[in-house]
Amino acid sequence: MSKGRYGIHGGQYIPETLMNEIIELEKAYEFYKNDKDFCEELDRLNREYAGRPSLLYYAEKMTKDLGGAKIYLKREDLNHTGSHKINNVLGQCLLAKKLGKKRVIAETGAGQHGVATATAAALMGLECEIFMGKEDTERQALNCYRMELLGAKVHPVTSGTMTLKDAVNEAMKEWVSRVDDTLYVLGSVMGPHPYPMIVRDFQSVISREAREQILEYEGKLPSAVVACVGGGSNAMGAFYNFINDDEVRLIGCEAAGKGVDTALNAATIANGSLGVFHGMKSYFCQNEFGQIAPVYSISAGLDYPGIGPEHAHLHDIGRAEYVPITDDEAVSAFEYIARTEGIICAIESAHAVAHVMKIAPKMSKDDIIIVCLSGRGDKDVASIARYRGVEISE
Amino acid sequence: MSKIQKAFENGKAFIGFITAGDPDIETSEEIIMKMAEGGCDLIEIGIPFSDPIAEGPVIQNANVRVLSQGVTTDKVMDLVGRLSKKTDVPFVFMTYLNVLFKYGYDKFLSKASACGISGVIIPDLPFEEKEELSSVAQKYGIDVVSLIAPTSEQRIKTIASNAEGFIYEVSSLGVTGMRSEIKTDLKSITQAIKSVTDVPVAIGFGINTPEQAKEFGHIADGVIVGSAIVKIVEEKGKDAPDAVYEYVHSMKSALKEIE
Repeated sequence: MSKGRYGIHGGQYIPETLMNEIIELEKAYEFYKNDKDFCEELDRLNREYAGRPSLLYYAEKMTKDLGGAKIYLKREDLNHTGSHKINNVLGQCLLAKKLGKKRVIAETGAGQHGVATATAAALMGLECEIFMGKEDTERQALNCYRMELLGAKVHPVTSGTMTLKDAVNEAMKEWVSRVDDTLYVLGSVMGPHPYPMIVRDFQSVISREAREQILEYEGKLPSAVVACVGGGSNAMGAFYNFINDDEVRLIGCEAAGKGVDTALNAATIANGSLGVFHGMKSYFCQNEFGQIAPVYSISAGLDYPGIGPEHAHLHDIGRAEYVPITDDEAVSAFEYIARTEGIICAIESAHAVAHVMKIAPKMSKDDIIIVCLSGRGDKDVASIARYRGVEISE
Repeated sequence: MSKIQKAFENGKAFIGFITAGDPDIETSEEIIMKMAEGGCDLIEIGIPFSDPIAEGPVIQNANVRVLSQGVTTDKVMDLVGRLSKKTDVPFVFMTYLNVLFKYGYDKFLSKASACGISGVIIPDLPFEEKEELSSVAQKYGIDVVSLIAPTSEQRIKTIASNAEGFIYEVSSLGVTGMRSEIKTDLKSITQAIKSVTDVPVAIGFGINTPEQAKEFGHIADGVIVGSAIVKIVEEKGKDAPDAVYEYVHSMKSALKEIE
């Protein structure tokens, strides 16, 4: 059995053409993660460019309104580029430079990872091409144009369901075609080893900060950490430094679309089964013959038929719980947090907020919930308006 | 000697690929028989997959066509079972690991063996992950074919010395599909392979003309052609069998000209 396993999950199920490159990437990462200059450079970029540490904000009005656990928001939406994705791309683009690459490619769903990659590439002088499902280029037109402003070329992907899964397929095909001068900057804790590990490590800054911040503010650990899960990068980052704290519940919120009992959802833990796809063994939404299912969510960032292998393992061993949240619940939470706290969060993050609205009232006032607000919601305003039947022009 | 290796005893081998069930199950059966009659020494039968990440547009579109008609792994197995009664040309499956994994390796391979399959080619199963499948395949006498790529470098010897059936030498970076020019130094890669194994080597990805077949047939023990055949099926549909026969015949004839 190969490296990069999380229980039975993970591995390196990729074409031979990519194997040497993946091995080199792992070697480089193992070296640079302990390299003083690399770590200092990344730390400087995180502080001075991305705006870290991100705030841990006590949502007092929301807490009082829900009438239970004390709610803190980890404000990844305030990072430069408006989401947690910057944490990972700064690290990976620095690695690309160290590897002597001239060009980076990336997939994107909601466009947040694409925008972050285009940003880091502009900053570091790398060529950048982004693969985005055609359907997503339409529902996230604003992010699409942001990437172009940042100097990236956006390829609308017209194969398959024209969403995130297909964007990953096309990015992989492009990487196989130009592996020599190009690094694939993967956006989530998925794909072949070492990506789930690299992305998790770069994102774990979220829980490293949150753990210190909550101990400073409250003198104790939270009862629960809640985050949305597509591939699972913000959740993995938010969970990671709490995994050994057994008293902290870790809760991932999957996209249930129109409902877990309908054909229109992307709830991998609820509806998926064990499979091998996109370089990893994990849970996937698929049919009895292993054909990957066309999934659906209002949230382009959670509209993915799989989940990262470390999440699959945390589920298997019962360390983390995964719950489905529907479009309706997420949209209501999106509106609720805007009115209550004056924060327009990403529709992805609203899935986590929706679950907090369900559990907080049932918890005691001594309990603390940290919810990872993974991104800002400007990109979603038009589609939420459409969802509510309001016609606005962007 | 495995049934696959016998395919390399008739001069330079011509290996044809077709997506099973394209354009429909009946015509597909006829096309595969024509491939055998036209001179294929080995036939790769593609089981469609929803997300074929190693395929260029021609084969990807064939996967979409076939899946939308409801072709399943079971229907492909039945098709191969019928074909095996009509021809001695060996068959291998080409598909993605999840198709086997979800079906169950043991159940898949035992059925495949019963319907006459000699090997499997799985582009998303590199050497490091091969054991989980090959340990089961061995039980049923099915070879798990290894791929070697232009980027394999120092991995060539490890892969080649553990290879079974034949070695699929990938001609170029990128996905499957017709190419006008192939720049990889396939001679040195083939030599590196030959220095550690007697398992035959066939070159694939991008080959589509008789001239290319000759050029690469000189270097290796055989050539593999997929997209060019699938393209004929895409264009001619139910009328494809005769055109596929003509094409295969022209390719095998070119290979026969090699001393």
